[in-house]
This record gives sequence, structure tokens and C-alpha cells, in this order.
Amino acid sequence: METILSVRDLTVAFHTYAGTVQAVRGVSFDLKKGETLAIVGESGSGKSVTSKAIMRLIPNPPGEITKGEIMFEGRDLVKLSDKEMQKVRGRDIAMIFQDPMTSLNPTMTIFKQIAEGLKRHQGLTGDAAKKRTLELLTLVGIPNPEARLKQYPHQLSGGMRQRIVIAIALACNPKVLIADEPTTALDVTIQAQILELLKDIQQKTGTAIIFITHDLGVVANMADRVAVMYAGKLIEKGTVDEIFYEPRHPYTWGLLGSMPRPSDDRSQDLPAIPGTPPNLLHPPVGDAFAPRNQYAMKIDFEKEPPFFPITDTHEAATWLLHPQAPYVEPPAAIRDLALKYRPDSTFAKSLLKGGLK
Amino acid sequence: MENRNKLLEVKNLKQHFNIGRGRVVKAVDGLSFDIYEGEVLGLVGESGCGKSTTGRSIIGLYDATDGEVLFKGENVHDKKSRKEKLKFNRSMQMIFQDPYASLNPRMTVGDIIAEGIDIHGLAKSKDERNNRVYDLLETVGLTKEHASRYPHEFSGGQRQRIGIARALAVEPDFIIADEPISALDVSIQAQVVNLMKQLQRDRSLTYLFIAHDLSMVKYISDRIGVMYQGHLVELCDADRLYENPVHAYTKSLLSAIPLPDPEHERTRKRIIYDRPTGGAVGKSSEDSSIPPLREIEPGHYVSMTDAELEAYQAQLV
Amino acid sequence: MAEQNSNAKAEQFDSSLFQPVEFNEQAGERIAGKSLNFWQDAWTRLRKNKAAILSLVIIVIIALLSLFGPMLSGRDAYTQTITQAKLPPKITGLEWAGFDGMATLGEKPIDFYETKQVKDTFWFGTDHLGRDLWSRIWEGTRISLFIGLVAAIIDVLVGVTYGGISAYYGGRVDNIMQRIAEILTGIPNLILIILFILILEPGITTIILAMTITGWIGMSRLVRGQILKLKNQEFVLAARTLGASSARLVFKHLIPNTLGTIIISLMFTIPGAIFFEAFLSFIGLGLAPPQPSLGTLINEGYKELKTFPYLLVIPSTILVLVMISFNMLADGLRDAFDPRLRR
Repeated sequence: METILSVRDLTVAFHTYAGTVQAVRGVSFDLKKGETLAIVGESGSGKSVTSKAIMRLIPNPPGEITKGEIMFEGRDLVKLSDKEMQKVRGRDIAMIFQDPMTSLNPTMTIFKQIAEGLKRHQGLTGDAAKKRTLELLTLVGIPNPEARLKQYPHQLSGGMRQRIVIAIALACNPKVLIADEPTTALDVTIQAQILELLKDIQQKTGTAIIFITHDLGVVANMADRVAVMYAGKLIEKGTVDEIFYEPRHPYTWGLLGSMPRPSDDRSQDLPAIPGTPPNLLHPPVGDAFAPRNQYAMKIDFEKEPPFFPITDTHEAATWLLHPQAPYVEPPAAIRDLALKYRPDSTFAKSLLKGGLK
Repeated sequence: MENRNKLLEVKNLKQHFNIGRGRVVKAVDGLSFDIYEGEVLGLVGESGCGKSTTGRSIIGLYDATDGEVLFKGENVHDKKSRKEKLKFNRSMQMIFQDPYASLNPRMTVGDIIAEGIDIHGLAKSKDERNNRVYDLLETVGLTKEHASRYPHEFSGGQRQRIGIARALAVEPDFIIADEPISALDVSIQAQVVNLMKQLQRDRSLTYLFIAHDLSMVKYISDRIGVMYQGHLVELCDADRLYENPVHAYTKSLLSAIPLPDPEHERTRKRIIYDRPTGGAVGKSSEDSSIPPLREIEPGHYVSMTDAELEAYQAQLV
Repeated sequence: MAEQNSNAKAEQFDSSLFQPVEFNEQAGERIAGKSLNFWQDAWTRLRKNKAAILSLVIIVIIALLSLFGPMLSGRDAYTQTITQAKLPPKITGLEWAGFDGMATLGEKPIDFYETKQVKDTFWFGTDHLGRDLWSRIWEGTRISLFIGLVAAIIDVLVGVTYGGISAYYGGRVDNIMQRIAEILTGIPNLILIILFILILEPGITTIILAMTITGWIGMSRLVRGQILKLKNQEFVLAARTLGASSARLVFKHLIPNTLGTIIISLMFTIPGAIFFEAFLSFIGLGLAPPQPSLGTLINEGYKELKTFPYLLVIPSTILVLVMISFNMLADGLRDAFDPRLRR
């Protein structure tokens, strides 16, 4: 499939009074037309900063894109002027934020907020704008859209507000939609509705989605491909099946293992990733995950692992994939899942043979 | 179940808030349940259902509008002398939701944890106080070097563990955990839940564990109550709730949880619950359209009308 | 396996590097970097703000001069020597900068020291009664600073107590106290001040009283807002569930968290009070002669603006410096305390 957005070696730094924080440290990925790419990571991993960097929404100062390129339709977004970027923002690439309350203007009616983008990017006004607004409200599943036009955000529930935010994002048929934890602030039942809505919209409009989240449940539901992020770097990339059923990075194992599953024995402890992510003011030497990694080797503390390709679509940055690395046994939860759903994969077979290489 | 001691009895608790212009929000509207000694009761519901209000009402942060809360047989909301109040504060503690707002940013972590020790005079000397703080830090997986640092230097999960240490400092019997994991990343939630579980075992604590969805609570709860618009709609044994959810709202909550399993997600069917009052959750239920709890099998209570109960029983046969 | 082929050309390392490392649970909990408390943190940030630091230095210099300035010239601020009246400023060595003792009378500049046959030099000149302006200005600055400081501190004490009680107890107490404050703000404060000065003897105490009678209301509103916000924060609730007494809640939790706001507001109140004193003195409602303050000095000086501009320019410059410095420092403090930049 055709690549629509291509990020190469993206590096973002924040200059604070205490020193320079390396929030994103050389991130590369491609987004293909019509797919959903999930970027997963804990808070502070740099996933949100990555998405804001694509939109060029990093406040400067203190933030700065220090390196890398973001290629979109033959242009490098990093090099665009603010004015050119304003045309891209909203029209070609749109963003949905986490908190529907703060991403809407409380003093403007729903209609005005949606019509604003229509006017700026498509020159739609008057009846045409109203018609398109009603279409959009219907598309995002808002009942009785006509009545909502004159309402203000505070008159709507959280789920409805997030639908409005999505409608605003979709107003100009963006080619890329960046959803930055769009459901984290919502209740589970509302989250389920919003996820269904996003998938539905993607089918209808063919928009490519970058979905930022910390919840692997949401990833399993939404994503075609997954990129796992830790301490400002991507550490594993693959299709959703590869990440869930044949994961290779110990951090991915940890994330997957710590997810609750209905089939679990509830008297047992949940496997947790011990410790806390590192402070990116003083990024550690070697593999940033090493101090929390039960499979850590000496080399993890000294040299940063490169990406080792596993298949055409799957790669992981861990020294465990180096030919010299010893055989290891991934956690039980990972093993069970792989053997249950992908018993024929090389991953599962090597598990049965007594270890992973 | 009956032969166990009731530690806490909540009887027809009502907590209404006057929000001006004669309007009243009925955050909690006639809630009754018991918590037995040594058990963990999970209380689950979506935002605005009154679960946090219930917790705060039980610990006396709010004065109840109606009903009573008996803790060890004594009504929590009765007027008490300072001494009785301190005794109550020592035996019931709370862990809060927001790891960023629940620690005083101007105090060191050591002073935060020692607050209860200082208030209740639990340490005879400065050394004893500090040693207790170090022990508590170790209990929650931190080290004594952390005592002199300030909250803003810690991650969300670490802060939440500091909040747990603060609650443990006065050696309570009963802890209300008010959504202690909701604000944390999923990967960190397991850490906190495991810690709380281990503490409960080691110190034979009783918990009221409040959560906003059903995914994590089952690892820690013995029984689970599901709340909706200020009422309990289902209350039963934790395993049983996942095996046999009866109330439509419970089913909708369970079916909404996304699982870390693409194969399952591709086929997941969501059950949609028709909200009886139609309005957004969080608005008060104007009428008591939620029927009372009925025991449909031993220890399994569901809010049902007579007709629904008959239908349910017919379906069993 | 497929992936092994693709790794065949992978770099080779010393095999000892691939030895597993014993896992240490605590390693993942380490916090790097030095521990800073709120004040150290704010100071680090303030130090980076050049304008604020320059302002701080200017304030310190002016404060020191106002204390020790009169001693430097060795002259008293009140002794009148009519023969030495209206001498322009003269500093040996700084003649080129205008401190040459010359003034333009009519068409041509005249050296007043020569015509009046004065051997001494007066750094800032003398006024119409022959009093040393250097000493009077620093004396006046001291009085102005004193009035500003005391008025601001009284504002803070009353405002914090009033706003704090109002917010902490809330409900009906809050309602009644806020209505009282509203009534007080309703009275135009100039009328109140004029009444005060009519009833009481004009002087430092009267001016301070007149300014603080309504001045604390702004501070009380600020503190009330802060405390109302804080008292429902979870860390305050946590202290309550631990059984903390009211005093503990107020002094350990609420006040320390409003202190930043209070200090910033104090830093803005001081120049406000100084300016207001100058204003009152200028319109003749302030200090009675012979007591100098920056306001009375400016008042005296502007009458002779054409011939002896130094009488106006020097005290005005000091007043402007004080005002700007306090405001810039307050601005810098606000940035330094701003929690939005903290994480």
C-alpha cells in the first residue's frame, strides 16, 4: 500500500531551566493510506510529543524539533513555514485530543466551531456550511443534529463532546487523522462507542489514523499496525497480530503481561513491569529499558540496540535478537497467547523448542 | 458469609447536593450494603454514578443527607469528641484518585508519609518517626533516599504508592481506595493493584475499592457492587459477576472492556444498555426509576422489578 | 530460522556482553538528579531572569542608600541654611555629566556655587531652604519605602486572615464576610482617605491607616480564591481524613500553597502603596513638612521646574526606578513560581 506520511529520525527536545529534555529520540515510521497505526507507550514515553510534532504543535520555546523529517505528499512538514503549515493543519492532517472539554471553545456554539474550519479551508459559508455541518454531525452519530447546532459544549455529555471534536477534525476530509488518547478521559461504554465510530468513519472516508494510547486493549481493537514506544524511542514495530501474538521486545512482553484478561485466575498477582520509566533529562546509556528489564544483559547497559528485522513488517530493537544472545523464555502470558492463537508461527515453534532466539 | 463480622454497614445512605436555585443533585440515593471484616468490596460505576461520593460519605468528609453508616457498630456521622474522632481517623483511611493532587507539593515525601504519625503522636522520637517512614517507604517498594524528595519528582505510580504509605502510617483496619488506579497507565495499574493485594493479605486489611470499570477490580475484590445513578444495580461475588452478570448495565460494562487480544476484539459484541432516564449520566435521577435489590441466588443481589424477577426465574427453568 | 539469516551480517561482540545481569527491582525506581524544594526551584528560575535580578539589585542598592545615604554626605536632612539655597547638584569629577553646579537663569548658565561663594559641593544640590537634597531624597525614599512596606504588610496580614477565614469556613460565614468586603469596596477610597486625614493628624501613621483601610480587600479576594480551590484538593482531604486539626490544615497545607501568590501580590502592592503615597503627598494630602517623602519632594520640585529641574528630576527618577524594579521583580517572581512550568 501507498505510504502517505513518513517520519524519519524525528528528534524533539524541550529546553527547560533544569536542562534539555530529549522527549523524542530519533523516531521513524511510515503511515500507509487508509490504515490505523497505533503508537503505544506509557505516559512520558514521548508518544504525544511525536503526534504534536507531526502537527507542528510543539510550543517553541521551550520545545524544538532538533532533527529529522516528516514527509507528507512530497513535502517535509518540518521545513514548512507557519503559514504553509496552517493550511496543512485541519485540512490535510487533523487531530483529536484527549480531553473533549478543553479542546472545544466553551463560548462558541457547536455550529460555529465546526463551520470555522469549513470556512477557512473550503470557503464554505451560509447554507452550504450548515448542510455540511449537519452531514458531519450525522456522520459522528449525534442524534437530532439540527437541535445541536445552537448548543454550547457544556450542554453536552463527555461522549457527545468527543463526537463534536471528531466532527470538527473530519470537517475538511483530512487524509491523516491523529487521535491522541481520544478515549482516555471517557467511561468504558462511551469509549467503546467512540472507537466504533472511528472505525466506521475510517471505512467510509478512507482516512489514515495515527492512534496514540497507553491501553493495549484499545490497540487490539483499533490498530492494523502497532509501534511500541519507550523513553522517546520506538522499540518494536509490527502488524497488530505480530505485536500481540509474536512479540519480541521484553518491554512489549511486560505491557502485554500486565493487561487484565477475563480468563485470568484472579487469586494470582498480575505480572507488572517493575519500576518507573527513566527521566529523559538524563537519558540512560544503552537500552533505556534495561533497569526494568528482567532479561537484561550486560550489553543492554552499554550499547543501544539497533532494530533487528524479524519479518518484512516486524522489527524490534532488543539485543535478545542478536545471534550471540542466549535463549530466553518469555513470560507465561505471552507464551499462552502465542500457542493458543498462532501455534504454527515460527515464534510459537521456537517457544516449544525450548526458548526464543 | 453471615458468620463473618460486619465491619461496615451502610444503610439507606443518601447524599444530595444543593447546587443552587433550588436544584438538587442526588449523587447517592438510598444505598445499602455491608462490608465484612477482611474482605475487599469493589464498587464500580461510570463517572457521576456516585461511587466517589459514597466513599467520601463513609469516611465522613461529607455529612450524609439521610441514612446511616455504621463502622464497628458506631454511626460515623454522629457528633464526636476530638478524641473519638482521632480514634476513628486511625482506623479508617483513604487512598485518593489523582496522584498529582493528592500529595502536598510543598512537603517532602517523608513529611507527607509521617503526617498521620505526627497527628496521632505515634512516634516517641524523631529517630523512631524517621525509621517508621523508611519502613513504610520500603513496604511500598521505594527506598529511604526518596524521603527527602518532593512529590513532583515522582511518577504517577510512585506517587500513588506514597499515598498508600501515608494511609498505612496510622495502621488502619479499613481503607477506602477511591479510584486509586484510574489515573495511571495500564502497565502501572498492575503494580498498584498487586501492592494493595499484598498489603491486604499481610496486614489483614478490609478495603472498599472504587473503580470506574470492571477490568482491574476483579484482581483485588472478593465481592463487587455495580453502581448506576446513585443506586446499586448488582452486588455479588466477584467470580460470579463475571460468570453470570444479570443486570443489563453490568453486562454492558463487561462487554465494553477492550481486551488485549486482536482475535477477540474482531468478534466482540457490545451490549448496549438503554439508560432508563435517557439523560446524560451525572444528571440526577429525577424519579427513583431504579427498582430495589433482590437476592436472585445466595449472595447475588440485582436491582429488578417484580416482572423482571419472574422473567429471570422463568428463563432459568 | 528466517530472522537468523537476516542477522547473519550483524556485528559481533564479546560474548561476555551477552551475560544476563542480575535483576535489581530498585534500579527502576531510582530518581536521577538533585532534589530541589519549591523555593530552591523558584530561585533557580528567578536567577535566569536577568531583568528581575537587575531589579533586585537596584532595590537593594536603593534600600541601602535610603538607610545610609544621609551618613555619606554627613549632612542632616532638616537643617536649613538660607545662604546655600537652591544650589544645583555638583559632584567633583562628574561635571561633564551635568553635575557641575550650573543652572540656566534667564539666557546664560550661571555657576551658583561661585555666585553664592559656597566651597562645599552638594551631590544632589539643595532645596529652596538650603537643605541638602541628597540627604532629603534618601530620607524621603526611606519614608516612602517604609510606608509602602508597612502598608503592604498590613494588607497581607489583614487580607490573608480575612480571605482565609472566609474561604476556610465557607457557607454562611463566607457569604457575610464577602458582603461586608463588597460594601467597603463600594466606598470611593479617596473620600475615605480625605476623611481620615481631616480627622487625624497628617503623618505617616495616618497615611498608612488611610491606605490599608480598604487596601487589604484585593489581597483577601486573592487568598479566598486560592483557599477555596485548595481546600477541596485531595491532599487537603487526605490530611482531614488523617485527623489534622484546623490549625494544621491552615498552616501546613493551605498557607504554604498560597505563599507564592501572596508574595507576588505583596511585591505588586509595595510599589502601588509607594505610588499612592507620592500621589497623596503631591496633591497635598500626604505628609506634613518638613518631613520629606518622594511625593513631597516632587511636589516641591515641580514648582521650580524651569530653572532648577534637578529638584524634580532626581526624586522622580528614584520613584520611577523603585516602581519599575518592584514591578519587574514581581513579574519575575510570578514566572518563577508559576506552577504551569513545573513538572
